[in-house]
Amino acid sequence: MTEDVQARIDQAVKGSDVLLFMKGSPLFPQCGFSSRAIAILDRLGVDYASIDVLQDQGIRQGIKAYSDWPTIPQLYVKGEFVGGSDIMMEMYESGELAELMTKSGVAQKAA
Amino acid sequence: MAMAADEIAALIRQSIPDASVEITDLAGDGDHYAARVVSESFRGLPRVRQHQRVYEALGGRMGGVLHALQLTTATP
Repeated sequence: MTEDVQARIDQAVKGSDVLLFMKGSPLFPQCGFSSRAIAILDRLGVDYASIDVLQDQGIRQGIKAYSDWPTIPQLYVKGEFVGGSDIMMEMYESGELAELMTKSGVAQKAA
Repeated sequence: MAMAADEIAALIRQSIPDASVEITDLAGDGDHYAARVVSESFRGLPRVRQHQRVYEALGGRMGGVLHALQLTTATP
């Protein structure tokens, strides 16, 4: 699996400005942490893509190696790993996440 | 399968000796914790790296036996 999976992940990460690896879908998150991540992105008003790791065991394991990060969700902005839901929450509350989106050229709908 | 709060705190202090560690049992079920870790050694590190230091301290338990650990890191 590994090399092929890593290549697929890499392609996905580079293919979307904002990408969330999560459990479930934005409409039906399957875990509280994923649900929290979605709420934050929705609040920011950014367009994002998501990948449901529950649909693909290869990606579910591979993403942890890709980022050297043990948990899901995982947020990527412009190909860079930002963090999991705790970091997203801290950065959202301090305004850093909005700032990162702006700096990365990701449009946010005004709240 | 779950871990005790003081076991989590001990592992973190073992690998980040100056850390002040505060563990809260969120649901009272010994399975959903919040940890707040404050350490001078976090200074200058991006948040991702700070959290990674804590995950390293937990030695592979994060995402496994420890599914639900809400983590906050800070410098004193």
